[in-house]
Amino acid sequence: MDVLDIARWQFGIITVYHFLFVPLTIGLSAVIAGFETAWVRTRKEEYLRLTKFFGKLFLINFALGVVTGIVQEFQFGMNWSDYSRFVGDIFGAPLAVEGLLAFFLESTFLGLWIFGWDKLPRGLHAACMWIVHLGTLASSYFILAANSWMQNPVGYVFNPETGRAELVDFWAVMFNKVQLITFPHVIAAAYMTAGAFVLGVSAYLYMKDKHADDRPLYHRAIRVGAVVTLLAGLAVAFTGDIQGKIMTEVQPMKMAAAEGLYESSDGCAPFSVLTVGTPDGKEEKFSVTVPCLLSFLATGSTDGAVQGIDELKEEYAEKYGSDTVTKAAREGDYVPVIPVTYWSFRFMMGLGFFTAAGAALILWLTRKKRVPSVKWVGILGISLPLAATFASSWGWIFTEMGRQPWVVFGLMTTESGVSPGVSTFEAATSLIVLTLLYAVLAVIEVGLLVKYVKRGAEPFEEPPDVPIGGADDDAPLTFAY
Amino acid sequence: MELTTVWFALIAVLWIGYFCLEGFDFGVGMLLPVLAKNDTERRVMYNTVGPVWDGNEVWVLVAGGATFAAFPEWYATLFSGFYLPLLAILVALIVRNLAFEYRHKHDDDTWRRRWDLALIVGSALPALLWGVAFANIVAGVPIDADKEFTGNLFTLLNPLGLLGGLVTLTLFATHGAMFVALKTDGDIRHRARDLAVKLGLVAAVLAVLFLVSIQLKTGSVASAVAFVLAAVALLAGVAAARAGHEGWAFVGTFLTIALAVAGLFLALFPDVMPSTTDAAYSLTTTNAAATAYTLKVMTWVAVVFTPIVLGYQAWTYWVFRKRLAVHHIPAPATVTSTDGP
Repeated sequence: MDVLDIARWQFGIITVYHFLFVPLTIGLSAVIAGFETAWVRTRKEEYLRLTKFFGKLFLINFALGVVTGIVQEFQFGMNWSDYSRFVGDIFGAPLAVEGLLAFFLESTFLGLWIFGWDKLPRGLHAACMWIVHLGTLASSYFILAANSWMQNPVGYVFNPETGRAELVDFWAVMFNKVQLITFPHVIAAAYMTAGAFVLGVSAYLYMKDKHADDRPLYHRAIRVGAVVTLLAGLAVAFTGDIQGKIMTEVQPMKMAAAEGLYESSDGCAPFSVLTVGTPDGKEEKFSVTVPCLLSFLATGSTDGAVQGIDELKEEYAEKYGSDTVTKAAREGDYVPVIPVTYWSFRFMMGLGFFTAAGAALILWLTRKKRVPSVKWVGILGISLPLAATFASSWGWIFTEMGRQPWVVFGLMTTESGVSPGVSTFEAATSLIVLTLLYAVLAVIEVGLLVKYVKRGAEPFEEPPDVPIGGADDDAPLTFAY
Repeated sequence: MELTTVWFALIAVLWIGYFCLEGFDFGVGMLLPVLAKNDTERRVMYNTVGPVWDGNEVWVLVAGGATFAAFPEWYATLFSGFYLPLLAILVALIVRNLAFEYRHKHDDDTWRRRWDLALIVGSALPALLWGVAFANIVAGVPIDADKEFTGNLFTLLNPLGLLGGLVTLTLFATHGAMFVALKTDGDIRHRARDLAVKLGLVAAVLAVLFLVSIQLKTGSVASAVAFVLAAVALLAGVAAARAGHEGWAFVGTFLTIALAVAGLFLALFPDVMPSTTDAAYSLTTTNAAATAYTLKVMTWVAVVFTPIVLGYQAWTYWVFRKRLAVHHIPAPATVTSTDGP
C-alpha cells in the first residue's frame, strides 16, 4: 500500500467510525430536550426519569463523537495537504464557522446541562439541552455544506495562477442545491436513529423482570421512540427520493453506479432489489427487479431516460480527460467501484425501510396500552437502532465512494489530493494507531452502554428548585465526576 | 490594516485563548498525582475543570479551522509536516477527554487508575508538544520551494524546540496549580498554592531562557516588550500566590501565557512559517493566505459571533464560580459488581 491507499483507508475507517456516534448525538439531544421540557411543563415524574436515563447514555455516546471529530479536522491537513491547499479557500470557511458557531455552543451548554442541575432554574436547564441540539444542527449544516461542495462545486472560480479553487459566492456554497436536500436527509436519519435507540433500549428493559415495576415508564418510551422513528423514517424516504433526482442531475455516474447500469435506458429502467453476478457487476446470474423503478428514482417519472455507465464514461472522458493529468484521465476511466456502490445503496435503503417498518409494527402492537408478550418483538426493537445506524454508515460509503475517482467532483481527483511530503511510515503509523485505539474505545463504549442500559432508569429524585441567579448553599454537588 | 494581518492577529488570539484556558486544565490534569492525596481529592480536582474543559478545548478546533480557511497553505504545510507530533497530540486529547467522561462510570479502582493515567499523560503530552511545535514554527523549519516540510520528527526535537516544550509544560503546570488554589478550599488549596510558587520559579527560569533565544533569533521591538511583560506578569503572579492572593496569582499566569504567546506571534510576523532552507521559501501572511473574499466573509462571521461566544463562556465560569472542597463531593453512585464492566 502507498500513502494514497493508506490515507483513503484511514479516511474511510475513522469517518465511518465517527459517524456511528454522530446521528445518535444529533437526534437524542432533541429527544432528551423534549423529555425534559415535558417534565418542566407537566411535572410528571416519568419524564424526568427518562431525561436523566437517556441523558447518561447520551453522554457516553457524545464523548466518543467529540473525540473522533477532532481527528476529522486534523486529518485534512495531515493526510490530504494538497487537497487542503486546493480547496482551503472554500472548504476551510464552513469548517471554521462550524467551530465558532456550533462546537462552542455544544460544549459549553452541555457542560452547563451536566453540572447545572443545582445551579440553574429548571426552564433554563431544559433550554441548555435545546441549545446543545441547536449546536448539533448548526454543526451538521456547515460540515454538510462543505461536503456538498465536494459533490457539486459551486460559487468558485479556478485560478490557474494559484492553482486552486477560489471562493466567489459564499451564499452559493451555503445554499448549494445538493446541500439543501442532503441536510434534511441526514438530520431525518439522525432522528430516526435516536427514535430507534429510545425504542430499542426501552423494549429491552421492558422485557426484563428486574424492571417489572417500571413497565409503564418503558411502555411510554417505546411509544415515543416508535413515533419519532416512524415520522423521521418517512422524512428520510421523502428527502432521499428528492436527493436521488438531484444526484442524477449533478452526478449521473453515481446513479448509474448505484444500479450497476452499463447501458443507457431510454425509459422504464428497472431497479434490481438484489443481484448475484460477476464481481465487477458486468454480468448478472440472478436478479430480482422492479420494472421502471430506477427511472422513477432517478427522474421522478416511470419512463424517464437513465444514462448508463458506458455512455457516461465516454461523456466524462471527453469533458474531463483532456485537462486533468491524472490516473483516471490516463485510463479514461471515471467509474467508481461498482459492487461497493451497488450494495451500499441497497443496504442503506433496505436498513432504512426495515427501521421505519419495524417502528410502525411496534407502534401498532403497543396501541392502547397493549403489550405484546412475544419475545421476537423485543428482539426486533433491539435490532432497530443498529439497523438505523448502519443505514447511515452505508449511506456515507455510497455517497463518498460513488464520487470516486474525484475528491472534488470534476475538479480534483482523490489521488492528487494526498499529502506529497508524508511518508508511508507516518501514514501507516497513524492508520494503525488510530484503528487500534478506536477498536479499544469501541469495546469500552459498548461495555459502558450495556452496563448503563441494564441498570435502567434511576428512581425519581426531585432536583433542587433553583431560583434565577443560582443557589449558593454548601450542599454536595448534584452532579460530580 | 490588511485582512491577512487581521486574520494573523485573530489566529494569534485563538491560540492565546486556547493556551490560557486549556493551559490550566492541562495543568490540573498533570498535577493530579502530585496535589491529590486520595480519591476524593482527585475528584475535587476533576470537578474544578469539569464543566469548562470541553469548551476550552474547542478553541484549538476553531484555531485549526480558522488556519485552514484563512491560511490554507500554512494549514497544509504545518499539519502534514508536523505529522507524528500531531498524531501524538490527537491520541493524547482523545484519551484525556474520555478520562473526564468515563472515569466515574465504573466503581472499580483499576478502572479509575487507568483513566487517571490517561488524564495525566493526556494532559502532559500536549502541554509539552504544543511548546515544541510553536518553538519550531517561530524559529523556522526546513521548507522547500513547493512549500513542503522536508525534515522529520528529529528535526523538530532540536534543543530550542525541546526547551519550548519544557516552557509550556512548566508554565501550564503552574497555571493549573494556581487554578486549583483558586477553585478549592481546605488542604488541597494550600498545597496547590505552595506548589504554584515553586513551579512558577522553575517556569520563569526556563521561559526567560527560551524567550531570550527566540528574541535573539527573530524578535522585534514589539515581541521584546511582550516577552518582558510576560516575565513581569509571571513574577507578579508568583508573588501574589505567596501573599495568598489566589485570584491575582491566577490573573498573573493567565497574562503570562497571553503575553508570551502574543510575543511569539509578534516575533513570527509577517512570516507564518519561516523556511530555514531558503528565506525565499518562507510562508508568509500574504503567500499562505486565502483570497480577500473568503477573509471578508469570515471577518463578518467572526465579528458577529466571537462576542457572543465570549459572553456565554464567561457566563459559564460565573455559574460555576464556587470553590470546591472535599465535602462538596457526593458519595460515588453505588454500582454493584454484578452489573459487569
